[in-house]
Amino acid sequence: MKSALLFALLAAVPAVAAPTAITGATILTARGETVIEDGTLIFDNGRITAIGKQLPVPAGATVIDGKGRILTPGIIAAASDLGISEVGGVRETNDSGARASAFSAALDMSTAVNPRSLHIAISRMAGVTRAAALPDAGNNIFAGQGALISLGVGGPTLTRARAVQYMEMGETGGRIAGGSRPAAWAQLANMLAEAQRLALNPAGFDRGQDSGALTKRLDAEALAPVLDGRQALFVHADRASDISEVLKLKARYPAIRPVLLGAREAWLVAADIARAGVPVITHSLYDLPDDFESLASTRNNIGHLQAAGVVVAIAPLGGVGGTTPVNLPGYAGNAVAQASVPGGKGLTKGQALAAITANPARILGLTDTGTLDVGKRADLVLWDGDPLELMSAPVAVWIDGAAQPMISRQTELAARYKALGRTDLPLQYPR
Amino acid sequence: MRSMLLMGVASLVLATAALAKDKAKEPAPPAPPPEVVRAPKDPWPSQYKPYPAQTTVILGATIYDGAGKRIDGGMIRLEGGRIAEIGGNVTIPAGARVIDATGKYVTAGIIDIHSHLGVYPSPGVDAHSDGNEATSPARPEVWAEHSVWPQDPGFSRALAGGITALHVLPGSANLFGGRGTTLKPVYGRSVQEMKFPGAPYSLKMACGENPKRVYGNRNQLPATRMGNIAYARQLWSDATAYKRRWDDYTRRAEAGTAKPSDAPRRELALETLSGVLSGEILVQNHCYRADEMANVISMSREFGYKVTAFHHAVESYKIADLLKAEGICSAMWADWYGFKMESFDGIRENIALVNAAGACAIVHSDDENGIQRLNQEAAKAMAAGRRLGFAITPELAWTWLSLNPAKGLGIGDRTGSLEPGKAADVVLWSAEPFSVYARPMQVWIDGALMYDWGDPKRRPTADFELGQPGVGEVK
Repeated sequence: MKSALLFALLAAVPAVAAPTAITGATILTARGETVIEDGTLIFDNGRITAIGKQLPVPAGATVIDGKGRILTPGIIAAASDLGISEVGGVRETNDSGARASAFSAALDMSTAVNPRSLHIAISRMAGVTRAAALPDAGNNIFAGQGALISLGVGGPTLTRARAVQYMEMGETGGRIAGGSRPAAWAQLANMLAEAQRLALNPAGFDRGQDSGALTKRLDAEALAPVLDGRQALFVHADRASDISEVLKLKARYPAIRPVLLGAREAWLVAADIARAGVPVITHSLYDLPDDFESLASTRNNIGHLQAAGVVVAIAPLGGVGGTTPVNLPGYAGNAVAQASVPGGKGLTKGQALAAITANPARILGLTDTGTLDVGKRADLVLWDGDPLELMSAPVAVWIDGAAQPMISRQTELAARYKALGRTDLPLQYPR
Repeated sequence: MRSMLLMGVASLVLATAALAKDKAKEPAPPAPPPEVVRAPKDPWPSQYKPYPAQTTVILGATIYDGAGKRIDGGMIRLEGGRIAEIGGNVTIPAGARVIDATGKYVTAGIIDIHSHLGVYPSPGVDAHSDGNEATSPARPEVWAEHSVWPQDPGFSRALAGGITALHVLPGSANLFGGRGTTLKPVYGRSVQEMKFPGAPYSLKMACGENPKRVYGNRNQLPATRMGNIAYARQLWSDATAYKRRWDDYTRRAEAGTAKPSDAPRRELALETLSGVLSGEILVQNHCYRADEMANVISMSREFGYKVTAFHHAVESYKIADLLKAEGICSAMWADWYGFKMESFDGIRENIALVNAAGACAIVHSDDENGIQRLNQEAAKAMAAGRRLGFAITPELAWTWLSLNPAKGLGIGDRTGSLEPGKAADVVLWSAEPFSVYARPMQVWIDGALMYDWGDPKRRPTADFELGQPGVGEVK
């Protein structure tokens, strides 16, 4: 109710005409443990123009009273199916995977992104401002190219198309490639060799191809930015030995930029990962031996990685029932709680916030968001309490400086069914 | 066979007692009592034995008692495996272990009414896929406990999350999935050593997409929602006839006009359904949509049985008044939605709306990860309810985690709340348990300390994890 009022207030104000100042808030910048009490943040034309303690408010600025509130950067989902899947179990609404496609690495998720997906509205209300929309692998270990999207209304949804390539290794990669890990690595070697051959001599690509290798020209083309490092290679690998194999990629393909996804046993080789400078995207709640590649799963994983100096992002990855981007702050909070358990390894509150803001921004190459700094995009969330707490919620969200609606299909359903009593007309009529 | 023998012995005892009574008055030789064949009531009885319990007094804590009451700066004494005393001040017997829990929280143990631990254990390899006997839409003859792998590492994680009892159900591929059973997260060498003594069985039923998809894809009934209902109604009709045959036989046998060989053949599928019709077996019904729940309620009226709880129930908020009137619980997630068509209308206010209508609300997991943090799910549900304008206290929300599921499992008289005489199923929390930063420090089951976050000797390791990477690491 309060948030709806606040939104009404914000919506009445033209978004771009004047600067906006949020005053009196506790500002968590997501840079280290920096907290600004009684802070002011000013943004204009979609960018942060000033941030500090009790700053003067420029004349004509729209003032948002942030007293008793906490201001953070927008949450960034480093891996998601936002915008590309509406109902997971209804195939025709789900563009994540394409098992029957003749193509793999070339699949470009940006062509599927639907800004009007109801999950975008629901996630935005929960403070998620940007996300990577990643494909699922079909019949090739290379799944295709993920898109970076904005969850904002009124602005461009696509932040960057073809931002990363996604690849399966480990048990899933082995299964897809024909039944074993060596089959997956052979597929990788073959596809990258074909990509190199194409790059060297595009005109000759169709001649001299190993007829059994069957790498499509489009797929080979799509792997060029992986090989030269323009595009990060997201690799799903959980077993420590699989992770070690991924780390060897750089020796063969010097420019390649792998990012580990899942990485449930990463803590066993944390020092190696840190030395290789490879970031990790994982979930904070993995703690069961769900399969033989995750025997060493523990919620200590993130804490160990952080301590070793690895850049870690917490993402709504599969394998934990009901996982959604909406719950990212809670997942981060759980990583803080883990540190309180005797023998537990976790994150500080600042590290945990960074794991869902600054770190995913860094990993995804979103250099102009993820922290609250002058010059960065005004992707902001104003919370009614500790943002990592389960019972807190945003009271306002800005994306590129535009105040976002705080309603969704869910809130409309709740309002419709709040009172069940029979009236003159069925509930499906406006009241 | 064994039960018939037992029956024989029982008859003999009765006869002897009768003899002794009559001797004083009249020495007329009584006719031997008629022999009545009965299905054994409990052929797989619990062999659970509580572990040694030390008399323990916890003081200074904020207590959510699980029945809706809160005590600030409260004290509680666990003695002989039971809650001995609770309140602002309790007696501290000599030799009792005393825990100063100032600034900490004590709650009733969490009970998960919907789990597949053991039947879909970790690791989730095909060889462990024992939760769905998807060979016919109706398999009420199968019992989840016969699939349970007592060495599932998930039991240790659930315990560390404050779980003191859990109901293990078959999956939802079938309209009639089989019997569910209530366990304690206390490792045993057989499932019987984990069974909650005296807990009734349940029958897992399912409506909606799963059964019609599984069997429709095989081009067999049911392929539609109407097929779901038609199939189930025929089976309830068969069960009614089966029960009638047995009731009729039993009446005649008790009157001495039926021979043991007149006893009907035991049909294990119909025996389970018969148990539902006689009220001994509780129906736990997987169902998402409001309209389908309403259909199931009508079916239950037609055949004279009761649905104890709808599970998942993502649209319970649309019929919360009906569920209250029928006295049916809803076992729900806090915020799962949208992953399949029948979950499309899931909202985060569901639990709060059910609660606000005065109906029975339960937070369930259906997930080996979710079961470790049901307190967090309840927190989210409570927050969503408050934002919708309902005043929900934490002590009220704790009933969703303990007393309501206990009632939904037919064990509410023995556990589910911190009341004198009930089992000492208790959790000590490091912080307010609806905070993301809170973790169980200690968990007692029947007064025995089964988990202690600070004592590696009070943290179980499943056989499967022994000698594997990661063993010994805090999970």
